[in-house]
Amino acid sequence: MIAWDPNMELMPEADLKEMQYKLLKTLVYRLYSFSNFYHERMETHGVHPDDITRLEDVVKLPYMVKSDLRDNYPDKIFTATPKELVRYHVSSGTTGKPTVVGYTKNDLENWTESLARALTSCGVGRGDVVQVAYGYGLFTGGLGLHYGAERIGATVVPASVGNTERQLELMQDLRVTVICCTPSYLVHIGETAKKLGISIKNDTRLKAAILGAEPWSEQMRLRIEDEMGIKAYDIYGTSELSGPMFSECTEQNGIHMWSDLAFVEIIDPETGQLVPDGESGEMVVTILQKEALPIIRYRTGDITSIDSSSCPCGRTHPRIARLTGRVDDMLIIRGINVFPSQVEHALLGIPEVSGHFMIEVDRVGALDNMLVKVELNPEAFSDKINDILDIRRKVGHTLKNMLNVSVAVEISEPGSLPRFEGKAKRVIDRRVL
Amino acid sequence: MDATQYTIKQISVFSENKPGRLAAIAGALQDEGINILAFSIAEANGFGVVRALVDKPDAAYKKLNSIGFMISFTDVIAVKMRDVPGGLFEMAAILSEEGINIEYSYAYSGREAAVLILRVDRVNEAVEKILARGGTLLSADEFS
Repeated sequence: MIAWDPNMELMPEADLKEMQYKLLKTLVYRLYSFSNFYHERMETHGVHPDDITRLEDVVKLPYMVKSDLRDNYPDKIFTATPKELVRYHVSSGTTGKPTVVGYTKNDLENWTESLARALTSCGVGRGDVVQVAYGYGLFTGGLGLHYGAERIGATVVPASVGNTERQLELMQDLRVTVICCTPSYLVHIGETAKKLGISIKNDTRLKAAILGAEPWSEQMRLRIEDEMGIKAYDIYGTSELSGPMFSECTEQNGIHMWSDLAFVEIIDPETGQLVPDGESGEMVVTILQKEALPIIRYRTGDITSIDSSSCPCGRTHPRIARLTGRVDDMLIIRGINVFPSQVEHALLGIPEVSGHFMIEVDRVGALDNMLVKVELNPEAFSDKINDILDIRRKVGHTLKNMLNVSVAVEISEPGSLPRFEGKAKRVIDRRVL
Repeated sequence: MDATQYTIKQISVFSENKPGRLAAIAGALQDEGINILAFSIAEANGFGVVRALVDKPDAAYKKLNSIGFMISFTDVIAVKMRDVPGGLFEMAAILSEEGINIEYSYAYSGREAAVLILRVDRVNEAVEKILARGGTLLSADEFS
């Protein structure tokens, strides 16, 4: 096993905890003294830095939510002076007004180091050619992976997103070995390759993909790995935390959350109470060393679970499971919580349909109607209506088992449903509540 | 016995049930100068399958596939029926007695006779039995 920063990555768990406590204590004192926002928050919440005497005392601190960042647009929470800022990123604002994240030199350094460790843990290094097909610009994905990959001595192809035929040309001509993009965009690249008669497995040197910025499933991983002959790794981060920062290691069994940078808690989104290790809940993150935009107990809205047991790779930092959805993506259909990721998960197990889908929700009288539109795979097309009706029944049945709620299914022509190059927006909710 | 000469390539096209889809298919065939000889639509709630015999099936496949339609070839047979009461019964009885299942069928009344297009589960056997019992099958050549 090769680690980028072995002293840190392999540090005994007790030492990591001790370090986290010291970093947390320092952070809380600093913010109580120098941040109006955090000072007021702690006062209102009745907590003083002296109340933090061990790591577990973190629960005494108030939560922070996305709207705190929006309400303090653009930089009212920043604790760095304008002269110390070296970069801004602005979030895509898929769920509301954009938020602005500022970075000091140290913030960029920590972000880059975090990704250097992550990429190394996926077996990427010097000699690799990394095609960064995340958007460059205000979005954190492109520049984040760019500097992370440069740091470990890989060769970067800053392709950004879009122009898929050109992406394939670059992949072949520059002997790309690793691609970083959203999972749905890689699927789109795969489909385009097929149309052009290019086999990613045989005609390119691609060996790994670092995929994130949207939820995806284990079946999707298996399908990508099988079709393209590569390893696909999950990467996590959001702009509020800095950007993409954490990824799976070659064990592909959870995303290592570097303890010196992030303190992770999993809570019940309804009650705000901590849930035990291994149980699903909303992830709350404290970024322990952030200078420009400090983040304490930020409710990410991402649903996952945490595993603190030791990883066979040797890294001691806890792992979070693949994200299973977002608190704010959750649809409530006839009283049942439904996540679009569950639909994706179910569809990927049905070879007769593609992974593309749309969910439409209407309210007829007092009843919620959920319609899932899927695309028939050309190989599954039959001239007999009953064969297609059987497929529709199978999809409906599988979805009902997965979601515990009945849904209508519509079979669409292949290629007719929207493709997404950024964050996928697969839900149209027409209910007037 | 070689049934190939009596095996006719039908094109089957998946279509969402919304305005303009049939026009898109028919227009594309017109653009390629392809003539439709027999035709039927099977529909279910929300989608349908357009089935057609055309004079240039390969060209039709290529064209429709290129504009994004899901299309496949299906082997069917075309039986000449006497255009009199009982004509359909004669044919159906032969297949029934031989235990051959008709998946679906459609008919057209041509210049010389009524023609029944049959999609059956066992094509070779159907050809053999119909000919053996004195029935007349149209050969694939007659559709090109």
